[in-house]
Amino acid sequence: MVKRIAQLSRIALPDNELPQMARQLERIFSLVAEMQSVPTEGVEPMAHPLDLRQPLRPDELRQECLSREDLMASAPRAQDGLFLVPKVIE
Amino acid sequence: MSMAWEVVIGLEVHVQLNTRSKIFCACSTAFGAEPNAHTCPVCLAMPGALPVLNEAAVDKAIAFGLAIGAELNHRSVFARKNYFYPDLPKGYQISQYEIPIVGRGHLDVLLPDGIEKRINITRAHLEEDAGKSLHEAYAGESGIDLNRAGTPLLEIVSEPDMRSAVEAVAYLKKLHALVRYLDISDGNMQEGSFRCDANVSLRRPSEPFGTRAEIKNLNSFRFLEKAISYEILRQQDILEAGGKVVQETRLFDANHGETRSMRSKEEANDYRYFPDPDLLPLQLEEKRIERVRVALPELPDARKARFIEQYGLPVYDAAVLTAARELADYYEIVATGQDAKLAANWVMGELLGALNKAGLEIDSCPVAAEELRQLLARIADQTISGKIAKEIFEILFAEGGSVDAIIEARGLRQITDSSAIVAMIDEIIQKNPQQAADYRAGKEKLFGFFVGQVMKASQGKANPDQVNALLRERLQAQ
Repeated sequence: MVKRIAQLSRIALPDNELPQMARQLERIFSLVAEMQSVPTEGVEPMAHPLDLRQPLRPDELRQECLSREDLMASAPRAQDGLFLVPKVIE
Repeated sequence: MSMAWEVVIGLEVHVQLNTRSKIFCACSTAFGAEPNAHTCPVCLAMPGALPVLNEAAVDKAIAFGLAIGAELNHRSVFARKNYFYPDLPKGYQISQYEIPIVGRGHLDVLLPDGIEKRINITRAHLEEDAGKSLHEAYAGESGIDLNRAGTPLLEIVSEPDMRSAVEAVAYLKKLHALVRYLDISDGNMQEGSFRCDANVSLRRPSEPFGTRAEIKNLNSFRFLEKAISYEILRQQDILEAGGKVVQETRLFDANHGETRSMRSKEEANDYRYFPDPDLLPLQLEEKRIERVRVALPELPDARKARFIEQYGLPVYDAAVLTAARELADYYEIVATGQDAKLAANWVMGELLGALNKAGLEIDSCPVAAEELRQLLARIADQTISGKIAKEIFEILFAEGGSVDAIIEARGLRQITDSSAIVAMIDEIIQKNPQQAADYRAGKEKLFGFFVGQVMKASQGKANPDQVNALLRERLQAQ
């Protein structure tokens, strides 16, 4: 279970940390289990803690923006205006 | 031959909405820019950057919902769909999950056999498109272009209501025509503005649905038809050999005309959807819905009804002509001031036939609608016959030019001078005394022979009505 969650989150978790992580996650799960025992019948699920409505933006283009070079400056690898990442292909 | 299988098909269609800016930021959605030229901290997923929803994307989704008679959800929720892929920089896609903006609706689809079938639409939801990965150019690395990341998409999910590849294609075409009518998407399939995933399964009639395979990213009507046809045979072979169809994602290989397994992951994708805390629930006010409703253009079904009413066209003609907005516009220009049924015959017969043969769509038609209208006007005023008009049409289609210039340059003007026609008739009667005698003796059907001879002698240019009348007169006179 712990390994699967680590895999889904793309977190490298050394084996010697697994027991500690398992104990911490169990505490979280027991908290969730406790919350699940609260009767919620007839209560509409809450999508957001703020009781506000989503503001909308007019469909207009931004006049100015950071340059592509600035935006890509922190990329570990880039070439020809493309971000380069370890090869992903089926 | 085995007992019949019933094929069950449902489609998920991703439609890029033709807004100017992206769904959650003010970057341009224009296609074909330099890589990453249309990006900003929001669509690059810089820490702390926050999405703000584009109202045009909302309005276009509402327009679609109204057009398919759907229930609109006055409150809908954006959710994070979590997965890792480099063209998705946040590590999640903002989508809608439990409460989409558009609820249940339907589309009535005319099938090639003339029967109309209702295809139910489960839902349509707003989401953001991903970027593009380029795998070829860089050894051991992939190049990532995030210009497309954040382009608004409307994902339209149908019920598994289709029972053949033909029905699936008819539905997809109708949907394509609808988004073009509504002007919510450019519908460009080559550029990926309109892409389709097909869920295909087989079952014995009246049994529960079988296990389905999902064929991804079909970007043409022809590929959809081929992919489904291949998939039916593949699953049939497996089932008849006593095997089981695996639920999986498959890719259509257009070069080999087959589908191939794409992800062999045994563990199912676990997207861990949850409401996106960066976005509040979307509330649709009645005022906004009304504003969109009032601005809706005439939709295909309404236009079809008007064509029947206004032009007196048969249902079939009206359905064909309104199948695409561009074709309907074209027809209305051709029909202006002309015989409406004749105009319909020309557009559906000569024009669509020629386009089909040349592999062209109506929006790249080499003959302008105004030119075809002019051609019909020249038939109506007896400058040319219908037969010559067909010749002129072929010239227009292949070489361009104008109707009147072609008539003049090639001497195609119809012969309506009675004395000229009589001269031709007399000459032919003289050359064929035996047939003339037989005709007068009662062999009525020889009349057609004489008509043919006269038309041949005039190179098709003699006015057919005059030929008929004058020929009868001359044959009897002698």
